[in-house]
Amino acid sequence: MSTQPANPEAVLQSTFFGRILTIARNTFREAVRDRVLYNLVLFVLLITASAIFLGELTAGQEARTIVNLGLGAVLLFGAFIAIFVGVSLVSKEIEKRTVYAIFSKPIGRAEFILGKYFGLCLTLLVNVLVMGVGVTLAILYVGGRELALTIWGAIFLIYLELAILTAVAILFSSFSSPALSALLSFFVFVIGHFSASLNELAKNLGSAAAVYFFRAIYYLLPNLSNFTFRTETAHGLAPPAAMLAGATAYAVVYVAILLIVTILVFSRRNFK
Amino acid sequence: MQTVVEIENLTKDYEVGFWKKKKVRALDSLTLDVAGGQIFGFLGGNGAGKTTTIKILMSLIFATEGRARILGEDISNVAMRRRIGYCPENPYFYDYLKASELMLYFGELFGLDKAKSRQKCEELLTKVGLAEKDWNKQLRKFSKGMLQRVGLAQALINDPEIVFLDEPMSGLDPIGRREIRELIAGLREKGTTVFMSTHILSDIEALCDNVAILRHGRLAATGKLDELLSDAGETQSFEINVKGVAADALRADLAHIAGATVAAKPSGANIQVSDERDVDRVLEITRAHGGRLVNVQPVRQSLEELFVRETG
Repeated sequence: MSTQPANPEAVLQSTFFGRILTIARNTFREAVRDRVLYNLVLFVLLITASAIFLGELTAGQEARTIVNLGLGAVLLFGAFIAIFVGVSLVSKEIEKRTVYAIFSKPIGRAEFILGKYFGLCLTLLVNVLVMGVGVTLAILYVGGRELALTIWGAIFLIYLELAILTAVAILFSSFSSPALSALLSFFVFVIGHFSASLNELAKNLGSAAAVYFFRAIYYLLPNLSNFTFRTETAHGLAPPAAMLAGATAYAVVYVAILLIVTILVFSRRNFK
Repeated sequence: MQTVVEIENLTKDYEVGFWKKKKVRALDSLTLDVAGGQIFGFLGGNGAGKTTTIKILMSLIFATEGRARILGEDISNVAMRRRIGYCPENPYFYDYLKASELMLYFGELFGLDKAKSRQKCEELLTKVGLAEKDWNKQLRKFSKGMLQRVGLAQALINDPEIVFLDEPMSGLDPIGRREIRELIAGLREKGTTVFMSTHILSDIEALCDNVAILRHGRLAATGKLDELLSDAGETQSFEINVKGVAADALRADLAHIAGATVAAKPSGANIQVSDERDVDRVLEITRAHGGRLVNVQPVRQSLEELFVRETG
């Protein structure tokens, strides 16, 4: 039995992080070449531009209206990209059998998942930045200079929320169909915004089973209200540093847990 | 010759059905050793377990039982895959990438620097016969045959010591098949082991040193192709072609040779005998009738007959 390579020059070198970066770059390239994303970003910019005219109806409130509508659109369309692109990232590779060529190369399944995740996060970062610049320009257009800078704290929080949502979508797509994964991810997005209310509900319920159930959901699903600061931003408030640090730590830990679970599930998957 | 693929008792069960899950055995206790430096043919009918075996070797699916080693390393060893290449059946790659970009991407995954990747990309795309004008075309615009060529090129980007090809001739026209056949033969000359599954028996006959035949997930036969084909038992015979004499003239005299058959040919006759010792007697009778020998050849069992016998 041969244990040494016949041709040592054929033994090539690539690092764990190098391979993740290569996959991430390719994922980003895939997204950049997808025209759907351009349409979505364009749509957000159009909504922001229309807010300028809507703002004229609310005397003196133009900038506030733009912040509310613009940031809302950034979140909604960012979530749309995170869920649908996140779900299709892994499932499309399996369905089209592109994974066959990938996993016959020295690529671990963990590296593949991490590369895909960071590639989509990079795509979202660029999209959110473009949409954020659009909202900023609209604010500046109506003369709300003080809000133009303030909104970036809220935009950062939106980005953190989208990073969590991407990890959720990739987790579901590692073991279920694209349609079901998208549906489940959407539920997490909606329920995640009300999870604080679920905890309150649990406190006020008489039944112990219901208390445990709602508590379980509260602790299991991401608390996305941690990342909501839109209304306050519209009133000229920037998120405090402690809130930003707390939200960042929460997102990093939550994403890390989701990615570990995804890798564990994906590592056992057969590609028939 | 060193063993480069060691398969021991490999079994794969699939679960089918939604409510009542039923086990279907795709591969049943396959044990097989493949020596290096050769072209190894992996044969079998549809559903025989060829692709399942290759997918297990590539860690795309996991065996229910058994183990396998490639180049002395367990198949679960990711680092071992630096030394192997794989072209899946009906390969499909990223639509949005160009052929050259795909090659560079895969080169990067192997840790090749850009210059080396570019050099390998040009060398291999030329070798598999992909026209230069197509190198910068998106793969979504490629035909099945062109994708097959790209699939073969990407399988060789790392100069593998062993390459696994699942139906490498699929989708290729006759000229393409001949080119790829030459490429595969060239790999053997370079010392690369080729493990290839195919339905095209003429390719196996032209290329393979050893073969394994699978039947319903089990190993039906394995060995040197020549030995398997000559192991024909009752089907082995000798064919004698003569001219200058009519078949009818020979029939009566050859009737006493057991098992001899005579068929008319435009310029003479074709005689078949099952015993080698009868060849001389046939030649004497032919000469007595004024006929001349054209040729004598042993009739071996064809690969097709062997294939039908072992997989039918």
